Amino acid sequence: MIDDDFTKALLEKNSFLSKRESIDCLTLDCPAEHLAGTTLSLRDEEGFELLVDLTAIDHGEDAELRFSVVLHFYSLIHRGYLRLHAPCLDNENPSITSISAVYPAANWHERETYDMFGIVFTGHPDLKRILMWDEYPYFPLRKEFPLAGIETPLPAADVVEVTKASVEPAPMMGGPFVSSSDGVMSDTEPRARDESWTEESEKPS
Amino acid sequence: MSKTVTREISIGDVAARASEATESTDSSLMALNVGPSHPTTHGVLRLIMELNGDVIEKCEPVIGYLHRGDEKIAENMTYNQFVPYTDRLDYLAPLANNVAYALTVEKLAGVEVPERCQAIRVLVCEMARISSHLLGMGVFGMDAGAWTPFMYTFTEREKLYTLFEELTGARFTTSYTRIGGVARDIPDGWLDRVRTFCENLPKATDEVEKLLTRNRIFLDRTEGIGAISKEDALAYGLTGPNLRASGVDLDLRKDKPYSGYEKYEFDVPIGTRGDCYDRYLIRIEEVRQSLRIIDQVISDFPSGLWYAEDAKKIFAPPKEKIMTSMEELIQNFMIVTEGPQVPPGEVYFEAENPKGALGFYLVSKGGGVPYRLKIRAPSFCNLSILEKFAPGHMLSDITVILGSLDFVMGECDR
Repeated sequence: MIDDDFTKALLEKNSFLSKRESIDCLTLDCPAEHLAGTTLSLRDEEGFELLVDLTAIDHGEDAELRFSVVLHFYSLIHRGYLRLHAPCLDNENPSITSISAVYPAANWHERETYDMFGIVFTGHPDLKRILMWDEYPYFPLRKEFPLAGIETPLPAADVVEVTKASVEPAPMMGGPFVSSSDGVMSDTEPRARDESWTEESEKPS
Repeated sequence: MSKTVTREISIGDVAARASEATESTDSSLMALNVGPSHPTTHGVLRLIMELNGDVIEKCEPVIGYLHRGDEKIAENMTYNQFVPYTDRLDYLAPLANNVAYALTVEKLAGVEVPERCQAIRVLVCEMARISSHLLGMGVFGMDAGAWTPFMYTFTEREKLYTLFEELTGARFTTSYTRIGGVARDIPDGWLDRVRTFCENLPKATDEVEKLLTRNRIFLDRTEGIGAISKEDALAYGLTGPNLRASGVDLDLRKDKPYSGYEKYEFDVPIGTRGDCYDRYLIRIEEVRQSLRIIDQVISDFPSGLWYAEDAKKIFAPPKEKIMTSMEELIQNFMIVTEGPQVPPGEVYFEAENPKGALGFYLVSKGGGVPYRLKIRAPSFCNLSILEKFAPGHMLSDITVILGSLDFVMGECDR
């Protein structure tokens, strides 16, 4: 069981960790420089054999620390989850230690996080894009990236030569319609959140 | 006089010939590309392999061909609007995805659904598991060269799809759950038809077992092939039948019961060797266990409401009330336009889906739209181990290995 005693012992052993309120599982803040050591001790000493998920959150361009990496572990012994938050210190060129040597499962998760957020995992054996193609210039899950997408050259040069085609932003007319939860009533009327290409505004070039 | 050397080569043994060929000739490695569109890759998976004769030296999976940006889309729409997108994750078990997603949002919103809703959800989850495993086993047989079992399993799956259609209005893209309930109650007489289906299914699975389980060719192709050790399976984050085949006792329905799974009695099959054959055995046994669960759900089906009535800001009221009462009309309008209101916070929830643990990590800043929704896809993790354990196998084994991992690219690429 992951109870108060377990949490207390874990926090005493690792004084740099701090507990965060959470409704579902034990959630800890971990400074970036201690991430590798903490995950190693979680695996070898605390019995968290499974790294179930590794991802990141973009707190927005105005946030003091813009990106934080979030890790979820599962323990077969404790039959419970543990969550780690590790903030990336640099907002412009975010980077953090790779833990793929500790948990091989992190290899693909880190590649995906790099692909979507542009967070560089130092020490990763083969950090390259995984879902988008290698030459893709943007990081789509960053908050400033528009939902419709941005016009980008196609990855296949031979196809481009013949067809002159490129990856185009999706037309956003017709969806998804969402109203924001605050503001004056006339502004909260349901509308497409991302209007990068509508009747009123021109298609981005 | 020159000395002649005679070598005996048995005609049937391709492997021996290949290894002799590589020994005698100074050959460098051959690069082979499989996919992204290839029948054995079950979708759009691409493998870049380096072969030494017939032996795989290196195998690099390339994914992303089905990437649709589901996580980005989720950040731009209300919680209920995203339900149809969950159909398209593991599109062989859309109902299980619907349920997992609804449970995640409900966990953060603190909504308790009534017993009847829980029972419906368990029922559809297990039916989705049967449907997914039936296809998985059938296709696995086909990958190993046995066409016939596929016909049996596909016939049964078709009957399940008819039942899904009756319940949800769609065979594939069910979009059945809503946050705080399900889209509609079960139709009259539907439970009896589910029961009839369940009574007839064991005959079909027995036929499949007769065709595969003791089949010499099938055994030769699967036994000892693609064995994953317990340690590797855990290190690479495998879940579901693939993890259990390697001997790890982890089933979230037992260990972290959700939606009332703790009320039902069932066994969790665990493998010993973690090879392709074990993964097949686990799936066929899980079908039988799912039937046990369905039987228990139906025999004690709770009455009452199928949605959380108290969650006024989460679940839209019934249609007849919207049309007749002002308060319900406003309630419906708010839920449709602003989305179900979920408090700020974060939550991680995993459900035991047919392919493994499907997890959703949800971050909310309040309101009707998620701030971040990460989808932890079991197929994504299950495929990442390929690079590790495929080398050393024959090229012809890769078909069987891929079939036994039973992945879905829709979920892997999201």
